[in-house]
Amino acid sequence: MKNRKGFFSEGLLTAPSFLWLALFFAIPTLIVVSFTFHGHTPNGGVAEPYSLETWRALADPDYPSIIWRTLRISVKVTLWCILLSLPCAYAIARMDKRLRAIVAGAIMLPFWTSFVVRVFAWRTMLHPDGWLQACYLSYLRFGEWLFQCMPAFVQHTLTGLGLATSGSLDPAMATMLDSEVAVVLVSVYSFLPFSIMPIYSAAEKFDFSLMEAALDLGANSFYAFRKIFIPCIRQGIISAVLMVFIPAIGSYVIPQMLGGTNCVLIGNKIFMRAIQNRNIPHASALATLMAVSVLVPMAMTVWWRARQKARDLKKADTGLAAHIPGAKA
Amino acid sequence: MKKSFFAPTVLALVLLFLYIPILLVIAYGFSPDGISLRFFDADGNFLGFTVKWYRQLFTGVYSVRSLLDSFWLSLEIAGLATLFSCVIGTTAALALNRWKSRLQSVHYALVYTPLVMPDILIGISLLMLFVACRVECGFWTILIAHITFCVSYVVMTVLARLQDFDRSIVEAAYDLGAGPLYTFFKVELPILMPGIIAGGLLAFTLSIDDVVITAFVNGAGTNTFPTYVSSMVKHSKNLPAVFALSTVMLIATCLLAGLSRTISKRHGT
Repeated sequence: MKNRKGFFSEGLLTAPSFLWLALFFAIPTLIVVSFTFHGHTPNGGVAEPYSLETWRALADPDYPSIIWRTLRISVKVTLWCILLSLPCAYAIARMDKRLRAIVAGAIMLPFWTSFVVRVFAWRTMLHPDGWLQACYLSYLRFGEWLFQCMPAFVQHTLTGLGLATSGSLDPAMATMLDSEVAVVLVSVYSFLPFSIMPIYSAAEKFDFSLMEAALDLGANSFYAFRKIFIPCIRQGIISAVLMVFIPAIGSYVIPQMLGGTNCVLIGNKIFMRAIQNRNIPHASALATLMAVSVLVPMAMTVWWRARQKARDLKKADTGLAAHIPGAKA
Repeated sequence: MKKSFFAPTVLALVLLFLYIPILLVIAYGFSPDGISLRFFDADGNFLGFTVKWYRQLFTGVYSVRSLLDSFWLSLEIAGLATLFSCVIGTTAALALNRWKSRLQSVHYALVYTPLVMPDILIGISLLMLFVACRVECGFWTILIAHITFCVSYVVMTVLARLQDFDRSIVEAAYDLGAGPLYTFFKVELPILMPGIIAGGLLAFTLSIDDVVITAFVNGAGTNTFPTYVSSMVKHSKNLPAVFALSTVMLIATCLLAGLSRTISKRHGT
């Protein structure tokens, strides 16, 4: 009797969220996946018979380039965010407690203004007549000058690797607005707090006397930072990577408002196909692809964390030294 | 230990990078030129500041009517979405915390997955559902969508609060003769309140700031503040009014945050 009562109250408490999310999250997701196995009709509907036509259509040269661009930009944004977050988190963690809370708050404060409005402010800042564009042009000119100064074989290697383009700079072509540069810059701006916070909360627990010990033993500060600080806060770094990479893959607003026609990402293509072209199967297929590219790194992290935990437990009896990579050397 | 200057310098530059757009948002609200947003004319003469955009906002003249409408709609949706997601989220967190059955692990997966899904996927799948069921998009579809993505955040916040919740207090209440409902409202709920409030605040900020999901399910003519602003890329008529309204919102948020801090300090939590 008691057991049945427990079951009843469990059901009562579980039902609202379970049913809501099943109806408005799980079932719609399944509908999207099922649409990818149908063709589309010219009037914007979904064709009745099953076919792999939609998946085949993804090989269209348009789609792979968009998918590739989305992945490339997401990786770039993630790298920049992590690179900037590491010294920031380190600096905040070294402050005294009162200042720490203030600076951590100051990093989150920009979120109190609407995201779209901030992107709009960037749009005006990136205007072709603006000061940022002028800075960007002189940066490109400097790069060009540096390139000209190099010996020919270096120039050839750089062009071969795709790191530089030969030929002189055309200022009309090098606008920041409506280009990949603007999308990367503003994405880094919007996601940076999300990558600083997890790294900072890991760095806060870090024992800085370990760094001092390394310095006493003759390591220089960068070596100590790389060999002791970074391995100890790796959990925070992984969270930060996910916090940036996942929204970057699903990015829609930033490329829509700042990327123009030159920087269409998967998110924009999904919207275009679903709303403007009324090609629901294509939109669904792109959405499924995006879901997979988000869930794979997610699943990998869960697996990696579980493995790491098991390994750490095994190591626990071999003493502290085993936890600090490089300490044995 | 020797102090390194590299990391603090990077931090200072990053803070500058984060604040420049905010400062510009505030400055543009006082811009005399509504289209180019410039403060200087072609000869470099300073054009001065103006408060006319603020006056327009507070008198609600016709040109800013649709902007204000979208803003009130955003507040309404965010308020309702917060309320509903707090109720649904709290029951879910209680269930997830109390039972460790097979049902709850499915339940947890169902709550957790929306957190890692990009907004655009939630948007498109809801649109497909509404299209398949022939529901007309508008106020109610926006509200449903917002509740859907807010619930998971509330659950996670309340669940974190439940983690250090001492069940023996509830048992003590039962031993003293309290019924389950009485115990819930008089013991559990007050203890959980800070978690629910934190989750609700998170839900409110997410809801009021959402563009992507809303853009899928809003239907023709219904605009929340963010979708209204993003549609202005094409026809930017009253941009400074948008910036002025954002400044007002920023000040209001700062005041509210300060107020809640003082209150929570007084209560000692």
